[in-house]
Amino acid sequence: MQDSIILENVGVRFGELSILSDVNLSIRAGEFIVVLGPNGAGKTTLLKLLLGLIRPSAGKIQVLGRTPRRGNQAIGYVPQHRVIEPETPLRARDLVGFGLDGHRWGIGFPGRSRRETIDRALDEVDTLSLAESPVGLLSGGEQQRLMIAQALLTNPQILLLDEPLANLDLAHQQEAVSLISRICKTRGASTLLVSHDINPLLQVTDRVLFLARSHAAIGAPSEVINNETLSRLYGLPVEVARVADRFFVLGAEL
Amino acid sequence: MFNIFQYGFIQNAFVAGSIVAVVTALLGYFLIVRGLTFAGHALSNVGFAGAAGAVLAGIHPVYGLLLFTVGAGAVISVLGKRIRERDVAVGVVMTFALGLGILFLSLYHGFAESAYSILFGSILGISQSDVVVTAVFSLAIILSLVFLARPLMFSSFDPEIADARGVPVRALDIIFLILVALAISVAMQIVGVLIVFALLVGPAATANRLTPRPARAMGLAILLGWTYTWLGIFLAANTVFPVSFFVASLSFIVYLPVRLLSSRWWRRGLRGGNVRA
Amino acid sequence: MSVLDLLRQEFVRNAFLAGTIIAVVSGIVGYFVILRGQAFAAETLSHVGFAGAAGAALIGINSLVGMSILTVLTAIGMGSLGQRMKGRDVEVGMVLSFMLGLGVLFLSLYTQNATRAVNLLFGSILSVTREDVILTLGSSAVVLITLIVSFRPLLFASLDPVAAEARGVPVQFLSVLFLLVLALTVSQAVEVVGALLVFTLLVVPAASAERFAIRPFSALILSVIISLFSTWAGLLLSLVGHQPASFYIVAFTSLFYILSCLAPRFHVSGRYRELPHPSREV
Repeated sequence: MQDSIILENVGVRFGELSILSDVNLSIRAGEFIVVLGPNGAGKTTLLKLLLGLIRPSAGKIQVLGRTPRRGNQAIGYVPQHRVIEPETPLRARDLVGFGLDGHRWGIGFPGRSRRETIDRALDEVDTLSLAESPVGLLSGGEQQRLMIAQALLTNPQILLLDEPLANLDLAHQQEAVSLISRICKTRGASTLLVSHDINPLLQVTDRVLFLARSHAAIGAPSEVINNETLSRLYGLPVEVARVADRFFVLGAEL
Repeated sequence: MFNIFQYGFIQNAFVAGSIVAVVTALLGYFLIVRGLTFAGHALSNVGFAGAAGAVLAGIHPVYGLLLFTVGAGAVISVLGKRIRERDVAVGVVMTFALGLGILFLSLYHGFAESAYSILFGSILGISQSDVVVTAVFSLAIILSLVFLARPLMFSSFDPEIADARGVPVRALDIIFLILVALAISVAMQIVGVLIVFALLVGPAATANRLTPRPARAMGLAILLGWTYTWLGIFLAANTVFPVSFFVASLSFIVYLPVRLLSSRWWRRGLRGGNVRA
Repeated sequence: MSVLDLLRQEFVRNAFLAGTIIAVVSGIVGYFVILRGQAFAAETLSHVGFAGAAGAALIGINSLVGMSILTVLTAIGMGSLGQRMKGRDVEVGMVLSFMLGLGVLFLSLYTQNATRAVNLLFGSILSVTREDVILTLGSSAVVLITLIVSFRPLLFASLDPVAAEARGVPVQFLSVLFLLVLALTVSQAVEVVGALLVFTLLVVPAASAERFAIRPFSALILSVIISLFSTWAGLLLSLVGHQPASFYIVAFTSLFYILSCLAPRFHVSGRYRELPHPSREV
């Protein structure tokens, strides 16, 4: 099968600060990847590289066989959650609609097919009943779903999700995980999900990409999250405890 | 009472006022959702310096206004993104321009009178050619807005995703404030630079509290803008008080109850209304 | 007439006295305005001051008294919004434009006097009277004593309201108190630079100082120095050059602000340097 994302010896530097160095990986179509790592390890930078928002200072990147470029419709992007003011004068439907034609010039006329497309996207994330509600009044989890619906409108082959679980409680985390993995499977889209915790995602993830000290390691969860690999990545002794099919990393901040 | 409509200058004021109300209502909507209220206020004050400079140079105030507000709009839009720092930087641009304005006027002979009419507007002074200039500029602004509508909306509500989707977010920041600058320049002769702000923010602020639908909010803002402008000119023509007072007060009087009561309507709008199964 | 002769004139001495008092007070209050992110609120109160002064002219009382009454009332209204004040640009803006409209109404009721309006908007420091100086002194004393008494809790509440609240600092009360202090200060500053230019004395010196110095005390002192220097230099140049003092004051404070933007932020270099980082919110 064709690899949808390929990174070869990729490095990113800002002045003297090295964010990523010598990162090599390839991600197959339809693969579900969880991106882990401490703060500042370059997780968001990696997503921005793929989106073409920043250029690598070294190495080569291929996204669906091409170098990354801004405005790539084949990528659906859900950035980190940010607070939407309660009084934002915008309906859920309008927010999701940006994903369809927000980048096009001109007013654009509301038509039946546009409406149906948006309804389908809302339905896919189980938020059709919220279509006419002001977005600012919805809960964090509901807003998250809308952002996913927005990202799905261009039928992306790659989904990039930046910490979609960060603001959710445990029950909602499980809901979000099953929703995202369902989308990944039914659409066959490669999914990169940035998270601070692997445990809620263990059932659905294919491989784990671990970033620390600007280096990367990729593989099945147990291949990466073990004493040897993490100690090498962090450059200090790290213990991984495995209790009841859950990973706990000791001695390092995740 | 209604025979004021016989006068040419009143007719001119009504026509020019109606056009300006459309432009300011539309731009005001975006000004509010982009969180640029203070920048709008600053730009109107900057206009004073431009107009004063034009008076000194002996040219039509609108040219000075255009030069200063467009320049300041560009400067403000490239200033820092963090709101707290941006407010200060915007304020520095604004006060510096005002300082220049007062310098220009003090160099000019009819100091106070010309300052007064720039600041507070004078509907008596609107000529046929002013109406034409207003119409041409307003048409250009509206056409630009129509062209920019969707990316402008997208980048107003979610600049990060818009950027990833290839919307030129930075360029839109600049273009938008330049459009606001143009609108302030044409609106200034009706209500004066000080109260242009009332026309920019008043109708859109009220409309935004009444509906979460963008298209409806803009339509509502235009209707409110017309109401304030027409009533303002009508009342001013029949009394000794300036238009700017009526426009500012009307928009505040309508806004206040809407603001205080609207949180209840918002809650009801949630999960209610025309939800389709 | 030489500058020295000018300085012996009664009206010049009044101007310098009032200017000095107001520069010091605005320098200090401005520091807190920056800290609390209330620049737009200060700007709005200055327009309220305009309406107050115009109303005072109409009913024939001292303009400082009129300004103080209306700004204090508005400050109480704004303060009762409490923590919800943050991000309330639209509401603040609506008050601002309404107050301008009100000021215009008062003025047009007053004599349709254009000079009066321009003086209110752009300041007329050289027409300050003995009575004004005494009133300014009194109101400054109130402001300074309030600030000295509440200095530490106010600083704490401005920097970290949540922690301050947990430690028992009356954050809500301090927020109203500070707006009252701000109201009085704005009313004074209107006399020197006029309603439209209050920002230049109340916000710009403190904003520049804050970029140069990080310790609260040195930032405060620097802010006072900048506003004092600008006011004195502005007054002197206006006596010599016959242009309005407010123009020179604005020119000086703007210059300081630009310098502060150009200067390296040396105070952070030693301990903590902010590096550009793509994942950090800009």
